[in-house]
Amino acid sequence: MRSNTQASARVETPDTAVVRGPGDVEVWLSVNGAAHRLAIEPRVSLLDALRDRLELTGTKKGCNQGACGACTVWVDGERVLSCLTLAIACERREVRTIEGLADGQTLHPMQAAFIARDAFQCGYCTPGQIMSAVALLKEGHAKDDSDIREWMSGNLCRCAAYPHIRSAIRDVRDGKTGD
Amino acid sequence: MTITSQAPAAEVGAARKRKEDARLITGQTMWTENIVVPGMLHMAILRSPLGHARISRIDTAPALREPNVVAAFSGRDVADVQGSLPCAWPVTAELVMPAHPPLAVDEVCHTGEAVAVVVARDRASAVDALAAIEIDYEPLPVVLDLEAALADGADLVHTDQTTNKAYTWIFDSAQAGTGGAVDEAASGAEVVIRRRYRQQRLIPAFMEPRSVVVDATGDQVTVWSATQIPHVLRFLLAVGTGTPEHRVRVVAPDVGGGFGGKLQVTPEEMITYLASKRAGRPVKYTETRSDSLLSAHHGRDMIQDIELSARRDGTVLGLNVRLTANMGAYLGLVGPGVPILGAFMYNAIYKFPAYRFECTGVFTNTTFTDAYRGAGRPEATYAIERIMDELAVEVGLDPLEVRRRNWIGHEEFPFTTVAGLTYDSGNYEAATDRAKQLLGYDELRREQAARRASGDPVQLGIGVSTYTEMCGLAPSRVLGSLRYGAGGWESASIRVLPTGKIEVVTGSSPHGQGHETAWSQIVADQLGVAFEDVEVLHGDTRTAYKGMDTYGSRSLAVGGFALVNACKKVIDKAKPVAAHLLECDVSDVEFADGAFRVRGTPDGGRSLADCALAVFAAHDLPDGVEPTLDADDVYDPVNFSFPHGTHLCAVEVDTETGRVTIRAYVAVDDVGRVVNPMIVEGQVHGGVAQGVAQALFEEAVYDADGNLLTGTFVDYTPPSAADLPDIVSDRTETPAPDHPLGTKGVGEAGTIASTPAVVNAVVDALRPYGVDDVPMPCTPERVWQAIRNGGGQS
Ligand code: FES
Ligand code: FES
Repeated sequence: MRSNTQASARVETPDTAVVRGPGDVEVWLSVNGAAHRLAIEPRVSLLDALRDRLELTGTKKGCNQGACGACTVWVDGERVLSCLTLAIACERREVRTIEGLADGQTLHPMQAAFIARDAFQCGYCTPGQIMSAVALLKEGHAKDDSDIREWMSGNLCRCAAYPHIRSAIRDVRDGKTGD
Repeated sequence: MTITSQAPAAEVGAARKRKEDARLITGQTMWTENIVVPGMLHMAILRSPLGHARISRIDTAPALREPNVVAAFSGRDVADVQGSLPCAWPVTAELVMPAHPPLAVDEVCHTGEAVAVVVARDRASAVDALAAIEIDYEPLPVVLDLEAALADGADLVHTDQTTNKAYTWIFDSAQAGTGGAVDEAASGAEVVIRRRYRQQRLIPAFMEPRSVVVDATGDQVTVWSATQIPHVLRFLLAVGTGTPEHRVRVVAPDVGGGFGGKLQVTPEEMITYLASKRAGRPVKYTETRSDSLLSAHHGRDMIQDIELSARRDGTVLGLNVRLTANMGAYLGLVGPGVPILGAFMYNAIYKFPAYRFECTGVFTNTTFTDAYRGAGRPEATYAIERIMDELAVEVGLDPLEVRRRNWIGHEEFPFTTVAGLTYDSGNYEAATDRAKQLLGYDELRREQAARRASGDPVQLGIGVSTYTEMCGLAPSRVLGSLRYGAGGWESASIRVLPTGKIEVVTGSSPHGQGHETAWSQIVADQLGVAFEDVEVLHGDTRTAYKGMDTYGSRSLAVGGFALVNACKKVIDKAKPVAAHLLECDVSDVEFADGAFRVRGTPDGGRSLADCALAVFAAHDLPDGVEPTLDADDVYDPVNFSFPHGTHLCAVEVDTETGRVTIRAYVAVDDVGRVVNPMIVEGQVHGGVAQGVAQALFEEAVYDADGNLLTGTFVDYTPPSAADLPDIVSDRTETPAPDHPLGTKGVGEAGTIASTPAVVNAVVDALRPYGVDDVPMPCTPERVWQAIRNGGGQS
C-alpha cells in the first residue's frame, strides 16, 4: 500500500460526478500530505479506507453510526465523522488524521496538553477528541467552558475524562505550554 | 557508581504524567482490532432477531457460495465440541444453571444470541454472506417481567428447565451471629419505612468494541482479546476446549475501557476459537456498536424491596432487604455473585443492630447481566442512601444529621459490621465536614428555603450520599466461603536487569487505569531507581503467567501489596551482594533513600545497579549467594479495603418542564494514601460520570417482544461533555492500616457514591410537591410525571 504513496499531495483525479462502480474503482486520497492510489468500492467509508487500506489505525471506529465522534478527522481542515463520509467523496480534498498532527517528533500543542492534563484514561476516544479539540479552537468555539462543552459534545468519552479534556483545551487556547 | 546521601524525591504521591500517554495521543496503540496475523480471516455473526424461539431449521450452506467465503457454520455443526460458557460463581448449591452454548443449537433465549457464523477473506464479505443463511424460527413466549417470571405457571425462559428462578441467597445477622433479628427490630420500632427501588438495566458501553483474534492453527493457541481478564480467560479456555494450558497464550493488548463489561469469557471468544479451528486459519471478530450494546453483558437490573425500622430520634434498629435480580437468559461469569457483593454493603457506614438480606436471581429472555462498575455495591449504596433520606424526612432531621446518628465514629475502627465485615479505618466525619464546606451546604439550604417560600418554578434540591465500599477483591478464603470459583490473590515479579533497569511483571491487567505509571512510581521509591528506568509488563500470559486481573478496584490494593513485597525481596537479595561490594558484614548494610550503605556511614553507598552488575558477572560472589536479584510475590489479602467518602449534589429542577440541571457536585473521597493524584482524580471524574448517567440518562429498554430498543448510542445515551457538571473533588486521607502503601482503591468509588447523591437531590427539590421518589433515570418526563402525580411511594 505504502508503495503507492507519492511525494506530492495534489494529484489529477477523475471527476466524481461521473458514475463509478459498482466494484472496485480507482480512488486517489491525499492523507497527511501524502497521496495514495486505492482500488476500493465506492461504498467504502473514509474510516475504513484509512484503517483497513492505509493502515492508519489511529482513527477509531467507536460506533460506525455517527454517534460517538471517535472517528473524527479533518477534511480540508474541517472536522468530519469519517464513518459517515465516503472515501470517494474526499478526492481532491486534504484529509488529516491523528497520525499527521505532530510535527515530526514534536507533538502538536494539543497532544502535549492532553498528556500534561491527563485528558484520558483508556485513550480509545482520544484521537477523535484531539482532532475535534484542535478544530474547535480554529472555529472559535472555545470562548468559555460552556462553549467548549457544547462544541465537544459530539465526542463521547466513556471514561468521562471531560474535565481534564477541557483543561487541556483551555491551556492551548490560553497559550500555556504543555508542562 | 558511588552515591552520596542525597535522598531522591518520593515518587509515590506525585502527579506523574502517565507513561502510557504518548502512544495514545499519536495513534500508535495496539488495540486488538489493529492486529493482523498472516493468513487471517474475518468472522461475522448472525444473531437471533427474536427474544425466544425454537430453531426449526438452519442451513449455512448457501453462505458458502457467496464471494470470498471460506467457512460457515451454526450451533448444530459444533454442538458436540462447543461446550457451555462458564459461570464461576455458583452462589448456592442448588443454583439452576442452564447450558450456555456459545452458538445456540435448538433454542434462542434472547435477541442478539449468536446462531451462526460466516468466515471470509474480508469483513464485508463475511457480513454480506450472513444474509444467505437460511433459518426458520418458531417463536416461543417471551418472559421479561421479573415478578411474572416467578409466578406459578409462568412461561419458561428455557424450555428444558422447570423454573425461572436461578437461586435464593440469604444472609441473616441473627443466624450469622453478627446482629439481631430484623423482625424483632421492626416490631419494636417507632418508625418503619418500606420502599421499592428499581435499579434499571444498564450497559457498560466501553468505547472500544470487543474484538478478538484467535490463531488455533498449530499446537499453540494464541488469543488476542479486548478483555479485562487474560489470565482467567486462559484458564477457562484451556479447561473448556481441552487444550493443554501451557499451549494457550492469551494477550490483552491495549484495551479501551471495560468497567466490568470486559470481565467475561464471552460467546464471541469461544466462537472465534471454533472458527479458527474449523477454518484452519487465524480468525478475527470485531463487534459493531449495536452488536455490543445488544449482546455484551448488561448490568444492574434489580428490584429492591427495603424495610428500615428506626426510633423517632433517627436511630436505625433494623434493615430488611429483599432483592429480585435479573440474570437475563444465562448466568454470566460472575453474574449470580454481583448482587451478593452488594449484600455486605446495604448497612453501609452505619451501626445497624439487625440486618437481613435475601436475593432471588431470576431468568428472563434478555441479554445476561454481570459486573458493571461497582457490581452490587452501587445498587446497595443507592438503596440505603435513598431510604436514609426518607427516614430523615419522616423523623424531621437533616439528612446529614440522621446519618451522623447512625454512622461508625472514627474512633470506633476497626469495626465489625452487622454484615460481618471488619472495616479497618475511616473518618466519615472529616469527609462530610469537608464536603459540606466545599458545597456551601448551609447556604444552599437557606436558598432552598427561600425558593420554596416564594414558589419558584425552579426548585433547588440538595442530595447527600455518604458511602463506603468493599474493594481490594478479595481474600481467597472469603471468596471460597461465597462459593466463588477462584482465589483473590495477585502477583508481581521484579526482574533486575544487569544495567540496573527494572522490568516489573504484574498479574493485573489495566485498561485505562494507568498501572504502568503507578507501578513505576512505587518501584522507583522501593528500589531507589529512576521512574524512567522501570518498565511494566502486563496482559500477556506468556510474560505475566500468573494473575487475577483487574476489576473490583483491586489492582493497587492487592497487586500493589504484592509489588511492594516483591521489591522488599529484591532488596533482601541485594543486601549480601552490597555487603560484598562494601566489604562489610551483611548485618551492617542498610538500604535507605535508594542506596545500600554501611550503617552509620552516609557516603560511599552502592546502588541496586551496582549489585545487579555484580550478580551479572558473578565472578566472586560469596558462597551461597544466588546470582540474581529477581523476586516474585503472590499476595492474598487478609481483608477487603474500605474507601469511603461523602458526595453532595445540588440540582435545579424546572418544575414546569421536569428538566434537571446539576448546579454543583462535590466529591470528597477517602481512598487512603494516593500514589498518583492525577490518576485518582481521573478515576473519580469517570466514576461520578457513570453514576450520574444512571441517575439521569441511561437505561437499556426492551419492548414487549424482547427487542432491545436501545441498540445505538442515539438511544442508549452515555453522557457527553455537555451533560455533565463540573466536579469539585477533594480527598481526606485515612491510610489503610494494613497496607504497606496505605492505599485502598478508587476505581468504583465515584460510581457508587454519585447515583444516590443525584437522585436524593432531585427528590429533595420536589418534596414540597409531595414527591418521595422518581424512578431512574430521572428524565424530564419522569420528573414531570412525578410532580403531576404529586406523590411517590408512601
Ligand atoms: S465511529 Fe464515527 S461517530 Fe462513532
Ligand atoms: S479515554 Fe476511554 S473513552 Fe475516552
